[in-house]
Amino acid sequence: MSEQTLGAASAQTGLLPEMTSRHTAQARINKHKADWRGWKFMWPFALVFVFVFIIPIVYAIFISFFKKQMIGGTKFVGFENYSRLFVDQQFWSSVWRVALFTIVQVPIMLFLAAAMALALDSMKLHGTKFFRISTFLPYAVPAVVSTMIWGFVYGAKYGLVGSFNDFFGTNLDVLAPDVLLAAIGNINTWEFTGYNMLIFYSSLSTIPHSLYEAASIDGASEWQIVKRIKLPELRGSLAITVIFSIIGSFQLFNEPSILQNMVPGNAITTYYTPNMYAYNLSFSGNQSNYAAALAITMAVITMAIAYAVQLRSMKEQMK
Amino acid sequence: MSAATMTPAELKAQEKAAKKAEKERQKRVARDEAAERKRAAKTGFSNPANPTRSIGLTIVCAIFAVYCLFPFVYLVINATKTQADFTSTFGLGFGHTFALWDNIVTVFTYQDGIFGRWFVNTILYVVVGAGGATLLAIMGGYALAKFRFPGRNLCFAIIIGAISVPGIALAVPQFLLFAKVGLTNTPWSMIIPSLVSTFGLYLMWIFSDQAVPDELLEAARVDGAGEFRTFFQISLPLLAPGIVTTALFAIVATWNNYFLPLIMLKDADWYPLTIGLNQWKDQASTAGGQAIQNLVITGSLITIIPLVIAFLCLQKYWQSGLAAGAVKE
Repeated sequence: MSEQTLGAASAQTGLLPEMTSRHTAQARINKHKADWRGWKFMWPFALVFVFVFIIPIVYAIFISFFKKQMIGGTKFVGFENYSRLFVDQQFWSSVWRVALFTIVQVPIMLFLAAAMALALDSMKLHGTKFFRISTFLPYAVPAVVSTMIWGFVYGAKYGLVGSFNDFFGTNLDVLAPDVLLAAIGNINTWEFTGYNMLIFYSSLSTIPHSLYEAASIDGASEWQIVKRIKLPELRGSLAITVIFSIIGSFQLFNEPSILQNMVPGNAITTYYTPNMYAYNLSFSGNQSNYAAALAITMAVITMAIAYAVQLRSMKEQMK
Repeated sequence: MSAATMTPAELKAQEKAAKKAEKERQKRVARDEAAERKRAAKTGFSNPANPTRSIGLTIVCAIFAVYCLFPFVYLVINATKTQADFTSTFGLGFGHTFALWDNIVTVFTYQDGIFGRWFVNTILYVVVGAGGATLLAIMGGYALAKFRFPGRNLCFAIIIGAISVPGIALAVPQFLLFAKVGLTNTPWSMIIPSLVSTFGLYLMWIFSDQAVPDELLEAARVDGAGEFRTFFQISLPLLAPGIVTTALFAIVATWNNYFLPLIMLKDADWYPLTIGLNQWKDQASTAGGQAIQNLVITGSLITIIPLVIAFLCLQKYWQSGLAAGAVKE
């Protein structure tokens, strides 16, 4: 290539020609030397990431050791916020609530998603394409909209549940305090089953079809193919979906906070989930230091659970 | 005839013809497959790549599809009702009057047309925020996949760790920091955090790893192309399906974001659609507030239409993009 093209290329990228040529020449001579070229592409992401992720986390850890006081301004208090959190009944009740939510909702959702993915992948459906897109479509709906729709549907006054009650003479109330969590679980299941289905489906579609042919020639039944080929393939994506789902449901915020005004009475308290508690502490309660301690604690709990699950599934894969 | 000598009209005609031929080919394939299934049913032999369609399984899946789709139906039906009809008639039946057009007009004129403002805001946040997030994810993913630079492993560890940090752990300090710099209640407070898409980065890393052969990059470098020229002219076209997927997910994340604008924005003029709609919904429960559920529902419908259309039109891309992302686990 001529010098001209090189010049054009460097002009396009805004680099000085001598810089580029010196750089590549250097790279050719010193192969063992560090190759910094990747940072040319990495730095914009890294810069924003540091600004949006790293600094806020460090800052949160920092302020969680302080306390705002009526007199004397902010004061260093060490681990006082954490020890207060440790005996905070409201905090632990919210943690147990999301833990219960996770234990029940995540398996149901992932089971539905995996079943649907297997059904789609079996190619035995009439209209596979229609099913694929229609089960995924809820993902495109904002949490605000889906919660509102379901909130209207749940309404005992003029919602579908109300119509059902009028028609059958029943007295169902899905927004009653003892079933409210299940009602929220249903909204989440509706929103995210399709998304998880798609992850499962994508990993199934990477299995070469010749494998199925070989198995069926060898006399494997349909169930054997599912059990021996497809389910093991799903295990890899299962680890990812489980972790994302656990993180997601421990962060539960949108649905209960949007539903708050649609639920009669005070069934959804300001400390219904850890996230709502932290939000209310810092924005209504003016206790951002305590909220920061809460957020850090939740981050640690979530990460611990996510890693425990991931480690277990990895160990299983090793076997 | 080479492409260079053709007029745009001729090119278009050629493209159209190619599309038509492809459509016909697909029809033929579908016909052949149906015939094969018929034969297979008779002989008892089943091709695993083309099994008999099962009605039972279809019905089971149809039940699930109804569950997924009925809220959409509810939304569309209730967007045609007046406020009075909404509270008095059956949820899945039409009202006494067909008020869809009235509702749409009222949505855009209510409170001096603030809904239009929210719509424009949302588009601004999506174009700059999600667009920027896509660009950063492409470049970052490409760097992680194609270069062995110092600090690469650290980047991995930090990013994977960051995925598991709950949003709230970030949101509160983010808000406090942004408030210190004076960025809260400006579009920047919404745009800057939207610029980071760790999922997009992960997707683009895997996609670049697979779609861009090292040999091609080496060849371009030997020919004297700079790194950026190689990136824009060689790699970007190869990455197209992954880019569409990453962009789509970034757009959904930004378009649907509720938590971030909730804490960052106080001024209704900067609200995106999600916060605006929620405010309209809550108007019914404030003292003396007028219930405008018909507007909330029609507004919700208008909010989701662009994304639904985007997903329907770009199906081919995001499905192949995700499939590539799923290869490596």
